Order: sequence, then structure tokens, then C-alpha cells
Amino acid sequence: MKIIVCIKQVPDTTEIKIDPVTGTLIREGVPSIMNPDDKGGLELALRLKDEFGAHVTVITMGPPQAEAILREAYAMGADRAILLTDRKFAGADTLATSHALSGALRTLEYDLIIAGRQAIDGDTAQVGPQTAEHLDLPQVSYVEEVHYREGDRFLRVRKQTEEGYQILEVALPCMLTVLASASKARYMRVRGIVEAYGREMEIWTADKIDVDESKLGLKGSPTWVNKAFTRGVKPAGTVHEVTPEEAVDLIVGKLKEKFII
Amino acid sequence: MDFGFNKTEELFKQMICEFATREVKSLAAEIDEEERFPEETVKKMAETGLMGISVPVAYGGAGGSHLMYIMAVEELSRVCGTTGVILSAHTSLCVEPILQFGNETQKMKYLPKLASGEWLGAFGLTEPNAGTDAAGQQTYAVENGDSWVLNGTKIFITNANYADVFVVMAMTDKSQGTRGISAFIVEAGTPGFSIGKKEKKMGIRGSATAELIFENCRIPKENLLGKPGAGFKIAMITLDGGRIGIAAQALGIAQGAMDETIRYTQERKQFGKPISAFQNTQFQMAGLETKVQAARLLVYSASVRKGLGLPYAKDAAMAKLFASETAMEVTTKAVQFHGGYGYTREYPVERMMRDAKITEIYEGTSEVQKMVIAASLYPKK
Repeated sequence: MKIIVCIKQVPDTTEIKIDPVTGTLIREGVPSIMNPDDKGGLELALRLKDEFGAHVTVITMGPPQAEAILREAYAMGADRAILLTDRKFAGADTLATSHALSGALRTLEYDLIIAGRQAIDGDTAQVGPQTAEHLDLPQVSYVEEVHYREGDRFLRVRKQTEEGYQILEVALPCMLTVLASASKARYMRVRGIVEAYGREMEIWTADKIDVDESKLGLKGSPTWVNKAFTRGVKPAGTVHEVTPEEAVDLIVGKLKEKFII
Repeated sequence: MDFGFNKTEELFKQMICEFATREVKSLAAEIDEEERFPEETVKKMAETGLMGISVPVAYGGAGGSHLMYIMAVEELSRVCGTTGVILSAHTSLCVEPILQFGNETQKMKYLPKLASGEWLGAFGLTEPNAGTDAAGQQTYAVENGDSWVLNGTKIFITNANYADVFVVMAMTDKSQGTRGISAFIVEAGTPGFSIGKKEKKMGIRGSATAELIFENCRIPKENLLGKPGAGFKIAMITLDGGRIGIAAQALGIAQGAMDETIRYTQERKQFGKPISAFQNTQFQMAGLETKVQAARLLVYSASVRKGLGLPYAKDAAMAKLFASETAMEVTTKAVQFHGGYGYTREYPVERMMRDAKITEIYEGTSEVQKMVIAASLYPKK
């Protein structure tokens, strides 16, 4: 089985702050990490590798320093790493990013493409599904578990929903977007770390991939960020220990008080 | 000398920090309280390759640098002194002498399983009457047919109850003094070899420290490590390396106490302000930070020298002397900064203070380190 995992380097948002004046991220001194959902996706791929001998390629689009997460992926057990980097990709929104990724993926062989559900810097959850659409692949998003039997041409997956979960079968080749919580990602292996910087890093520019260049970067991006701001902290709520009947009266009363109903 | 980490070491630092924080820190108080050896942690360390960091790939290791191994001991000890010494004793005191003095058959037999963590290593030198004066070995080995027969008792042996392989010193020719001591590889479970009393200790309480008892213990002749009579030299060289490991443990404990104290002094308010706002706090912390960083440079310098194949005995002694005394000072002051809370087990600094003390004692007391350093100043003519 050939698996490609799409990963992204993101600022560790647990340590990030937003400049209250400009509304932009303060990136100085914030460590860059492999996006947690993507790491969960890589872990799923590596488990399929452990069990069935899959070949795992990791691919990322980003500035040259995004190489760091590809080295990390090597140290975890990935077999091949591709860095899509070009000024022509700069300023891409989710649509332009998905065009760039699908342009690269078209030139590669695969049975399964895995992406993280969403990145912790943008939280859109769009790139994986858009990429699947460009490639005309079946897709399952919010995947928590993957089951495969040797020789099958389909996967059985568990998809998280707001109400609970669904068990779905999806034909290969397909795209899955997965949750970090699906699987605790392994630590980098010490030997993998020692070897990571000696391994080949494929650097791909825009002319290497199969895509219409007008769909790339800023000019291929219909999304514009109008304003970014930090939401004010909500005051602590109040707790009322009452019967359900009293609760209804209380809530209706409060809503009327605020002229909502 | 440049102490900037290279990219491989940076990547390793990221991994070991994550591992220590997520897997080791949460267990530190529990294994201390229960005096329990953290078998589950050692298993996880084995999975990631931490039990064979600097062992060459040809012998099943990760092929990493000595500095990476030292960084691992430091980071583990930052959150748990016990876990740090388990790795240090395994690597410096068992894996290293087999790697350095073993023949090819011994290396192929023992190193892959030690490096993978399937086997845990330990080292037996200290005896009731042979501590700092290690030459006074009373354990003896006699050649008998195709075997060596060992008799005697070793004490204070780290990892004893859980180790699979032991490097053990024994007298083979008393008339030769220190040149009559030989080194042996002994496997757990060998008839005549048993583990005696487990010590109840002040600190590193999760570490299993116990006696090794040899009663007509017969081991194959090929388990002699190095040449007959080379044991004392092997032990001294092994301890030179081990000291860098213990220095790294001390450094990690000191850094852990700094981390806790920096956080606590910003949270704790007295007289209407955080105690970090008082100049007494700031000046004391500035002094401690400087000592910790000085210790770090000594430890890394000794490790880099060892990795480069340069002489490092004096550097290792200075690193251990300074790092262990720094650990004791930092942890004692950390408890003081925490006040009454610091004296309780609600906070980790009292454990760190108890753990720090042993670093001034084992693998050569501070006094022994001074003997080693002084000997380099006044060489025998």
C-alpha cells in the first residue's frame, strides 16, 4: 500500500498571542511544530506500515524552514519526504493550497491520502476535503479509526460526528482527514533522529507539479482576511440548582429580560 | 569550543523533552513515594531507542553521539532523578565497558539486547569494605575447568533487582593488588548468583539499589571482560565515563528545581507582591542560574571530549564535582524559596533535594573527584 500524508508546520498556538493593535499573530519566539491532527494522520499511516508494510510519503507546502517537520516525520518512520516550496505558493488560502497539493499528488502514486482534520493556526478543516475534490477521490473526514484487511480494496473507518460516530466503508484510493485524538502519535525514534538529516529531501517548485499556475498563491486565493481580533474573555456563568420546570421558567425569563424572545 | 547543538541534537532535544514531560514527569512523585522501579517507563524508553543512544548501529544501537546520551540523562533527571540514573547506570556502567573492552563475540551477544532495552544493565564494584578505596576487593574468582567461580558480595548496586546483565569486578590474583582484579560479565539467573537486600534510601527511591551475592557462582570462561588483571583499570575508566552521566543527572535535577522555583516565585505573593519581585529572590536566582549554566558547560565539555576521543578524566571529575554541588545548592535553596510548602510532598522540590544528595556520593564522592583533579595538577614524577 502506498500512503501519502499531507502535513503542515504551524506555530504552537498554545503559546501564541495576537497583537491587540494590528490583529496579527505575534510569531516571535513561538516554536513551530507539526500540526497535531497531521501528526495523528502520520501515526495512522505508520501503523498501517508496521502491520502491512506500507510505504509512507510525507508532503508539505511551506517556506524552506518547513523542512523541520519533514525531518521529524523521517525520525518517526516515514520513507519519503517532499517539500513544496516556491514564492508562487506564497499567500495561499485553503483553495490555492489544495490546488498546489493536488498538483503534486497527481504526479505521485498512492492508494491512500491522509491529511489532518484541520490546522491549529487556521482551524478551517478545508484543505483535505478540497484536495480530495480536485483529485476526484472519495473522502471521509473526522476519522478516528482505520481498519484494513490485507488484500482488500477498501477501508473500514470510524468517523466522528456531533452526535456520536459512524462506521463507513470507503473504496481505495481515497482521502481521509483524521483527528489527533485518533491515535497517540509515537515519539521520534532515536535512530531515526540520527539518520534524519542524512536522508534525501525532495524540494519541489511550482513548475514541478501538475497544476494551472493561476490557481496558486495569492492570485489563486479568493479568501481575504478582513480583520482579526482577540475575543474578549466571557464572564463566568452562574449555576442554578433547580428542577427542570423551574429551569424552563428561569431560562425563558432571562431570554425575555434580554428581549431575545 | 562551540556548544551550539547541531540539527540532529536539536531534533533529539525536542523528542527527549516531550518524552520526559509526558511520560516521566507524571510518575516521579508516585515512584518516589512507593519506592517503585518504573518498569513501564523503561519499556517506553526501550521502544524509542533511548537504551542504546550512543551504541553503534552495527551492535543494534541508534548510532548517536555521547552528547545525545548526556542530554537524555539531563532531561529525564529534570523531571525525575530516578529515571535519569536508571539510564545512566545501564549505559555508562554496563553498555560502555562491554563496548570498549568486550571482544567481538561478547559485543554481538550482549550489546544488541542491551541497546534495544530488552536487557537492562548494571555494574558491580562497591563492597562493604571497598568503597572509595575500590582496590580492597574481597569478591574473588577462581578458574575451574572451563569456568570462573565467583564468591563474595557487592553492595549499593543500581538497577540490581531488574538488570539482566552485570559487569562485575572480582579479585583473581590477590598477590598482584589492583592488577589482580578482573572484570566479568554475569547474567541474572546464573546459579549461585542472587540479589540480596534492597536499600531504603533518602532519594532516587524508585531506583532499585541492592546487594549482589555470589555463592560458588559458576560463569563461562568466555565471560571474562578484557584481560585477566585488567579489571581495576576497566572499572576506573568506566567510572570516568559514568561520572559524566551522574554529572548530567545532577545538572538535570538542578534545572528541574530552577524551573519549579521560577514558576513558584512568580505565583507566590507575600507583602502584596509576587516574591519574584523582591531583589533578594532575583539576586539569589541570578546566582543559581549562572551556576547551573556553568555546570552545563562543564558537563557538555566533558561529554564532547569523550565523544571526540580526547582525554576527559579530569573534565568528567570537574563536571561531576561542580554539577552535584550545584544541584545540592539549587535544590536546598529551592525548598527555602517554597517555604513551608517546599518542605511538603505537595511540591516536587523536597524530592529533588533528596535526589540531589546522592550525586555528591555515588560513582566517586566529591572528595574522590578532588583527588582526580588534584592528581592532574601534581602528576607523579
